[in-house]
Amino acid sequence: MKRSLLACAFALAALPAFATPNPSDWDAVVAEANGQTVYWNAWGGSTTTNDFIAWAGSRVLEDYGVTLEHVKLTDTADAVSRVVAEKSAGADTDGAIDMIWINGANFNAMKEADLLFGPFAEQLPNWQFVDAEGKTVQTDFTVPVEGFEAPWAMAQVVFVHDTARLSEPLGDMNALLEWAKANPGRFTFPQPPDFLGTTFLKQALIDLSDDTSVLQSPATEENYAAATAPLWAFLEELTPNLWREGRAYPQTGPRQLQLISDGEVDLAISFSPGEASAAIANFQLPETARTFVLDNGTLGNASFVAIPYNSGSAAGAMVLANFLMSPEAQARQQDPNILGYGTVLNMDALDADQRAAFDALELGVATLSPADLGSVQAEPHPSWSERIAAEWIDRYGVAE
Amino acid sequence: MSDRTMSKRLAWLPLLTLLAMLGPVLAGVLGTLAPAFGYLPAVGQTDWTLDPFRKLSDWPGVFSASRLSLTTGLAATAVSLGIVVLITAGWTGTRAFARIERLLSPLLSVPHAAAAFGIAFLIAPSGWIARAFSPWFTGWDRPPDLLIVQDTWGLTLTAGLIAKEVPFLMLMTLATLGQAQNSQSRMVAQSLGYGRVSGWIKTVFPRVYAQIRLPVYVVLAYSMSVVDVAVILGPNTPPTLSVQIVRWMSDPDLMMRLQAAAAALLQLALVVAALVLWRTLEILVSGIGLFLIRRGNRGVLETILRISGMVAALVTSLSIILGLASLLIWSFAGLWSFPDAIPDSLTMRSWMRHGDSIIGSFGQTMAIASIATLIALVLTIGSLEAEHRYGISLNARSTFLLYLPLMIPQTAFLPGLQTLMLGVGAKVGIVPVIAAHVVFVLPYVFLSLGAPFRAWDTRYASIAGALGSSADRVLWRVRLPMLLRPVLIATAIGFAVSVGQYLPTLLIGGGRVQTLTTEAVALASGGDRRAIGVYGLGQTLAALLPFAIATLLPAMIWQNRRGLRHE
Repeated sequence: MKRSLLACAFALAALPAFATPNPSDWDAVVAEANGQTVYWNAWGGSTTTNDFIAWAGSRVLEDYGVTLEHVKLTDTADAVSRVVAEKSAGADTDGAIDMIWINGANFNAMKEADLLFGPFAEQLPNWQFVDAEGKTVQTDFTVPVEGFEAPWAMAQVVFVHDTARLSEPLGDMNALLEWAKANPGRFTFPQPPDFLGTTFLKQALIDLSDDTSVLQSPATEENYAAATAPLWAFLEELTPNLWREGRAYPQTGPRQLQLISDGEVDLAISFSPGEASAAIANFQLPETARTFVLDNGTLGNASFVAIPYNSGSAAGAMVLANFLMSPEAQARQQDPNILGYGTVLNMDALDADQRAAFDALELGVATLSPADLGSVQAEPHPSWSERIAAEWIDRYGVAE
Repeated sequence: MSDRTMSKRLAWLPLLTLLAMLGPVLAGVLGTLAPAFGYLPAVGQTDWTLDPFRKLSDWPGVFSASRLSLTTGLAATAVSLGIVVLITAGWTGTRAFARIERLLSPLLSVPHAAAAFGIAFLIAPSGWIARAFSPWFTGWDRPPDLLIVQDTWGLTLTAGLIAKEVPFLMLMTLATLGQAQNSQSRMVAQSLGYGRVSGWIKTVFPRVYAQIRLPVYVVLAYSMSVVDVAVILGPNTPPTLSVQIVRWMSDPDLMMRLQAAAAALLQLALVVAALVLWRTLEILVSGIGLFLIRRGNRGVLETILRISGMVAALVTSLSIILGLASLLIWSFAGLWSFPDAIPDSLTMRSWMRHGDSIIGSFGQTMAIASIATLIALVLTIGSLEAEHRYGISLNARSTFLLYLPLMIPQTAFLPGLQTLMLGVGAKVGIVPVIAAHVVFVLPYVFLSLGAPFRAWDTRYASIAGALGSSADRVLWRVRLPMLLRPVLIATAIGFAVSVGQYLPTLLIGGGRVQTLTTEAVALASGGDRRAIGVYGLGQTLAALLPFAIATLLPAMIWQNRRGLRHE
């Protein structure tokens, strides 16, 4: 008893008033970062993303002496689980993970459990260029970010279609359902709880709901069933018309592109407006692939990086997070031949030279212009995605 | 004499060998037992309870996942054994048999994941076989909507396992043929009018099976609990029990580890039950066999059995070879759409873009494999030498102990080992990964080297001793040089086993240790076939290279010593 009280007292005393190393003292951060190795845990299923991360690693090594090791995950939850396990085991310094590509539910879980280093994001020098007014970089799935993760890319749901087989865009989820009934076996989505698969469920829920305001606050026992009823009715009709009659699903997003390329499906969901163009350039999609958004708009959010509380290389991780927000890195990632992700920066905050790098980018054959991307819908509170993913698994994920 | 006082210094090696193999397994099983019954202090659970099992039985997929584990494991083992029996019974002693033998042996070292990728592309509805016949023969300009890969019955998973287990059982069988009086028995049976197949099955097979029984059990346990092949070829609604265990282990909610531990015990129980069932079937089959032998029937369907054995062996080896060929083409492919049988264009791009990172993983893979294999070799040779010098042996009876770590499902003890390591605050990194690899490398190295080491004519030692050499000198200057080829083969097998390890690297390495296999399986989730092609080939190369060296080196070193080349 006495010992645990003592431990509590120490734990309280150890809570920092501000993060150490202190991101406001940037010179000290850069000095400390030199020679550090940053283990960045990021999903490793996409070749283009992996290449971009490798490039970022070579740049921070050159400029700051920071070595970047990309730990390729099959699921971001693996990294969260590792940090949770380390905390339980009392490994509070120099944990295995220094940075995580994270957002939404995983961010919410880590923030609530005090597993994150920070706040740091808004003290980073390149935060001055970030479009904090115009882009949703200060909330993540309705959860306030409060500087505990740094944005590095904007994402919006688009649907990729092979125009050789599905020529016209589908305006809403009911149109998608009608088309799927007329063309059984030609559509599928990644299997929830995969991030993109859950996104499809959320997109369907929003598009099918008359009133989406309820989704902005946590799901409750009272409102959950009524709010999600249209989604389950939709899926009851859609699932038998899916690829393989819904008896198997692709496990990730990029796997859908391979299926389009193989001629197995004609339509796929993507969370990156530029992914299709990049995939065409990499021979992963036929040249007839294009993208569309729904008439009422589609879900959008930012991709973030966060630093676990027990990282031994927080300084190096901050240097990397800052580099990812730099005009140089942002222009490169927006290039459809490289990554085709949306930038988090405010063009008006850049000087003429920096802006020229962005202006020189071409959109890519299958990428919609910002105007064509239409309105961005807000992400529901994470409790919704957790519950619909869990219910989907119970209904369809173990059906056989 | 000083020689005498020193003489027992190798005596502790057999014990150490057992400890290195069984220690982590036992620790892991214990580390699984406690959380399965609710005890996991790391998450504040200290009450013993059956809740984890209750939660497991509440999971709607538990029945299907367990059934899949049983059916795929039993079917893969039975069919693999059947193919090996048919091909050996029907063709041993012929030139065709020698060719099949040469075709199958290198396939043993092809990593499971690489073989599975290749097979997945071959047989998918939009795969290579369908492409080769479309649209001119099938009329398909788009692939049919057929659930082949990842089918809910696990048939494709079973087929993928068969393709990899046939070479293993084949080599195990070949190794026993000499002691089973294969050719003599066959000749006697044939001169009494028995057909080739039934004569062999009735006379030689009982003796062969007695010797390959443990390897068959290994195949059964492995097939029931494999993770990487099941991720690539197995179903997902729900997946096999082992895949689900790994998913629960990586859940951010640590309470799921309790459920994972309960499922791991269920997996262990399933494997034990399957082994018991198999043993029962053995007794049943031997009873029926005895009855058939007494009836003295000279053979039925001889030709059909012979041909189907040959066809099955060809199909299994071709499925791996063609699969690897498709990986090779994908790694150079530009756009390659259905129903084109070959890509529109070839490009070096995939190799250029993955070149740097594959070299890094290749280095890591080789470093782990070299150290793990070296440890295994030292322990094996030390134990065998101790057996030779003072008769302390890991002999026939304790052969069972050698097979034990291979018969306990990886998913039953690795999660426990990981939890245990976290509990004591052990650092992740390359060292625990190597220790985990040794658990799997050691038995194979021991099994591969044991027979030739023991078969070495000890009169050489007596002569060398009489000429004044110490026991150590005999080992280093006579025995090991003479056994160069078997030592190199054992080394190559150790390498191949280490290169192919997925789960130990993933779970024990905490994600920080990346080998070609973990990278390849991570990439598989993205479905980029070009990247998978590059990594799958890299993985295969890493496993095959040591075999090539093991074959070529003795021939070069012993150019002028024909008897030492063991040709």
